[in-house]
Amino acid sequence: MNALLMAPVLIPIFTAMLCIALWKWRYAQRCVSIVGAFALLGASASLLISIDTMPELNGVFATQLGGWEAPFGITFVADRFAAIMVTLAGLVGACTVVYSVGAIDKKRESAGYHALVQALLASVCGAFLTGDIFNMYVWFEIMLMSSFVLLTLGGERGQLEGALKYVALNLLSSSIFLAGIGLLYGLTGTLNMADLSVKLAALNETDTKVVSALSLLFMVGFGIKAATFPFFFWLPASYHTPPSVISALFGGLLTKVGVYALVRTFTLLFVGNYAFTHTLFLWIAGFTMLAGVLGAIAQKDVRRILSFTIVSHIGNMIMGLGIFGVAMHRASITTGVESEVLRGAGLFALAGTVFYALHHIVVKTNVFFITGIIEKMRGTTQLAKLGGLYHQRPFLSSLFFISAMSLAGIPVLSGFWSKLTLVRAGLQAETYAIVGVSLGVSVLTMYILTRIWAQAFWAPIPEDDPEQGGVARDNENREPNPRGFAWMMSPVVVLTGLTLALGLGASHTFALTMRAAEQLAGNESYISTVLGAPEPDPRRLVEFHDPIESELHAQIDDHLESGGH
Amino acid sequence: MEALLAVAIGILYAASLYLMLRRSVVKLILGLSLFGHASNLLILTSGKLLKGRPPLIGDDAHALFGEPAVDYADPIPPALILTAIVIGFAILAFSAVLVKRTVQEVGTDDMDQMNNTDLEAAS
Repeated sequence: MNALLMAPVLIPIFTAMLCIALWKWRYAQRCVSIVGAFALLGASASLLISIDTMPELNGVFATQLGGWEAPFGITFVADRFAAIMVTLAGLVGACTVVYSVGAIDKKRESAGYHALVQALLASVCGAFLTGDIFNMYVWFEIMLMSSFVLLTLGGERGQLEGALKYVALNLLSSSIFLAGIGLLYGLTGTLNMADLSVKLAALNETDTKVVSALSLLFMVGFGIKAATFPFFFWLPASYHTPPSVISALFGGLLTKVGVYALVRTFTLLFVGNYAFTHTLFLWIAGFTMLAGVLGAIAQKDVRRILSFTIVSHIGNMIMGLGIFGVAMHRASITTGVESEVLRGAGLFALAGTVFYALHHIVVKTNVFFITGIIEKMRGTTQLAKLGGLYHQRPFLSSLFFISAMSLAGIPVLSGFWSKLTLVRAGLQAETYAIVGVSLGVSVLTMYILTRIWAQAFWAPIPEDDPEQGGVARDNENREPNPRGFAWMMSPVVVLTGLTLALGLGASHTFALTMRAAEQLAGNESYISTVLGAPEPDPRRLVEFHDPIESELHAQIDDHLESGGH
Repeated sequence: MEALLAVAIGILYAASLYLMLRRSVVKLILGLSLFGHASNLLILTSGKLLKGRPPLIGDDAHALFGEPAVDYADPIPPALILTAIVIGFAILAFSAVLVKRTVQEVGTDDMDQMNNTDLEAAS
């Protein structure tokens, strides 16, 4: 079990090292990378299955690295939420590596593309699995470093300009996160998240304002990484600049690491002042959704539109977190049935967030993949220059249609169920304003995606040659060769099938996310698994006696007593 | 000592934000690096500032926390800072190369000119 918990980090790290060792052999790197990615997928999926099903684990598994006991060493811990996210990282990793066989050009592949993707996967899994807040910072930095290089790989002008904004804002967010960690350590004297949860709960009784102010540093730090409302500008400025396969990897995984960190810290650590922090989240969520969707409407390029819709979907996930906090706060000031209903709504909201993240990773990666295929075929992704795709490739078009409708939240597909869960939770918790915003944004998302469908797929090919004005990224390979096309199509088919499966088997998916949400809201199993048995009172250590020494003392006492007679 | 360091951290944060808001990319990177330094000093200060104590707990100590308070220098904040400095150095090196390449490619170091990725025409 220990090995299984570490595998999602170790497998990609060793794969990356092997890829670097095979620097000169491009095909060998490719094979190693594919094998490594599928091994990661297998390991992470079996981690999720064993965490979810083995009754003796109680849904959480922790290991103490180097044998140092919990608050002193670094802990790795997987609960259901972490395991779900790791499995998705494995899935996106495997799909990306397969897709890139057909999509990535020789120049980038020789420049260490595979090693960077594997390093990125390792850091994402590390950030999901670590139970130590400073260790999480380190994984974030590894993630940033590999994403910086992936983003600039190739060195085109647009990439460099986009990367500059991405680098600047993400460095700022890391520094804010680091400052937050420093103050947190000064306040509590620990970095272990389970221990922090216990210590902060005690501290919150006396210093609510200090803890709330500190939580804002984390809200801003993670908010920049998750691309929430006032901080999202780096995302649409940079995500459309690298090759589509890299956009897909980023759009699917990276912002979700920010969301994961927000959910983790604001369900485990900063839970003392729901009324303040989580109401703030509702505001952030509303503006994030609106800003993303309105930005997307103004765009005329498929990849830019999709980048902006990432922002609006992040808003939906944050909304679940906000509703959870507000419902918990109201539950604490009411009694009886009403309180129970509100608690239920809070759980629903968290389950909605997990479900949404799950659905969004699968679908967003997929639409970016399909956009990449379109770009390969036509050399452009500008709506005005596209057209007639349905006539040319009906199968690919129907796959896009399913994913787009899932993204918009049409019934039976996965997007619908995750939105339904969030909306139902919002109505139960009586947070009507945010539900209204969310539904309005869904309609606008629908409009945006039907516009892509109508202009790029249904409309006839524009009169002037579509290749005339388009800036082709890969001039040498306009009509993809059949083998490369097959490599690119297979992950798209798999991911679309998964979207359908998640939606059609919604009861199973929902039950899993609900179990994850119960753990997130409860926290007891997480804390007790990491810290072991209930923590002994530190003062008890003073009374601890060495048995040999006690024996000695007893003998001396006896001797003195007998000597006294 | 805490008060002095608090002022120093404040000045560093202010200076770094000022640099970041300038239009030159070089100043942006300098600002980010100063921001990291300020965060490192903040970590140092928020751990206890004790002069001349060893980071070791003596044999005679009965407890790590609680009464009686053990007067030892906490080695964790310096360890955190050391990690952060190493990471910060690597990222600064990367940023410096990125700035050089960007300036070469775009032909200017003015942030206001680097809006191609936000404009429709350049995609």
